[in-house]
Amino acid sequence: MFSAFFSVVRRELLLAMRRRADFLTVLFFFIIVVSLFPLGVGPEADTLRKIAPGVVWVAALLASMLALGRLFYNDYVDGTLEQMLLVPQPLSILVLGKVFAHWLVSGLPLVFIAPVMGLQFDLDGEAIIVLIGALMLGTPILSLIGAIGAALTLGVRGGGVLISLLILPLYIPVLVFGAGAVEASASGLGAQAHLSLLGAGLFVSVVLAPWATAAALKISVE
Amino acid sequence: MKINIFKYAAPATFYPLAGKMIPWFMWAAALLGIAGLYYSFFEAPLADYQQGQSYKIMFIHVPTAWMSMFIYVVMAMWAASGLIWNTRLSAMMAKSLAPTGALFAFLALVTGAVWGKPTWGTWWVWDARLTSELILFFLYIGFIALGAAIEDPRRAAKATGLLALVGIVNVPIIYFSVIWWSTLHQPPSLKLNESTMGVEMLISILLMTLCFWSYTIGVALSRVRTEILQRESKTDWVAALVQEGEKK
Repeated sequence: MFSAFFSVVRRELLLAMRRRADFLTVLFFFIIVVSLFPLGVGPEADTLRKIAPGVVWVAALLASMLALGRLFYNDYVDGTLEQMLLVPQPLSILVLGKVFAHWLVSGLPLVFIAPVMGLQFDLDGEAIIVLIGALMLGTPILSLIGAIGAALTLGVRGGGVLISLLILPLYIPVLVFGAGAVEASASGLGAQAHLSLLGAGLFVSVVLAPWATAAALKISVE
Repeated sequence: MKINIFKYAAPATFYPLAGKMIPWFMWAAALLGIAGLYYSFFEAPLADYQQGQSYKIMFIHVPTAWMSMFIYVVMAMWAASGLIWNTRLSAMMAKSLAPTGALFAFLALVTGAVWGKPTWGTWWVWDARLTSELILFFLYIGFIALGAAIEDPRRAAKATGLLALVGIVNVPIIYFSVIWWSTLHQPPSLKLNESTMGVEMLISILLMTLCFWSYTIGVALSRVRTEILQRESKTDWVAALVQEGEKK
């Protein structure tokens, strides 16, 4: 089972490395969206510091939406997905592998670039560390939940817009706790409670989301 | 005499049964609605000592908000039974409930805004209950949009069913996250008047809720009938039904 998981991860990473532009686009989308806010809101450092966590998180949500379209689509078109359904190993393990690889190339870069974004918004060192921690725990949840939506809208016309309608409401808890963590640490309450809840959310979604995604894939491919 | 309820799981037998049930529920809705409105306008206290006459919109607002939540749960239960037992009718029921649920969520938001303006002085506050109602509305819209986007009705039924189940798992999480979020951001300064409710007010709310229940069941059943005809349009019994209709 583990060998199946790792071979899927290796395959996905290899494919991603061959098509680097796909994932760099997502990263630059994130950077541009975050950079637009000071231009819209104004350059006062106080305001920027206040909105920074929310802006970074909303941009992360949108960037993760943007990347989701590709999660299963290519495999669906060339028939690989049907082969995956026939494999003796449980489909949810393969799904978990795909989502993990997807997060490595589309979610993890956001975590690494976030400190720079934090500096743009004049966050102090501690807030930036909390932001990184929250993104580290939260972005995998985004990929896991998003995978359900990607599987449901596979091959559906207008799938790109539809997926945001389905998935964004489900992202709300991650947004609340993710942005809340930074805010709580800035106001001296400590981010531990928010980070613990994000961690709990991560565990629950690691267990449940691949299973739901596998069910959705079976519906979409049959 | 033993009644086999599973007999009515087949669309062909459920169609006439639903046809017989619809007038009952619709009449019940009309009578309960008249009684409820009578109670809320003439029996309930004329004006609340704090809110004046405007509090009477509560008799619409509270039942619609309840209904929007109940219907999501009922819809998810139908969706679950559709996925578990693979019954066609369950998925049709889930699909038929969604528009009414969205309507009630929308009405709850609108009546809440209309009520909020005279009592709170603002159309909208980012309060936990308002926000979660708005998110519930989005969940309904997502459900309907997914069902509309998929061509194959069987795939649409299964996909929307799964979405409803994912939604129902998330609803409590969303609800508590929103409560926490709103307490973190602002003290709950704008609380509703939590005074104990008079008996007449309680009766009005109950009557209106029962009215909306009957209406929901009646409307959902007539939507199911249309849905059954559409999906079974190639079967013999629908063809016979159409011929009979043409003779008349």
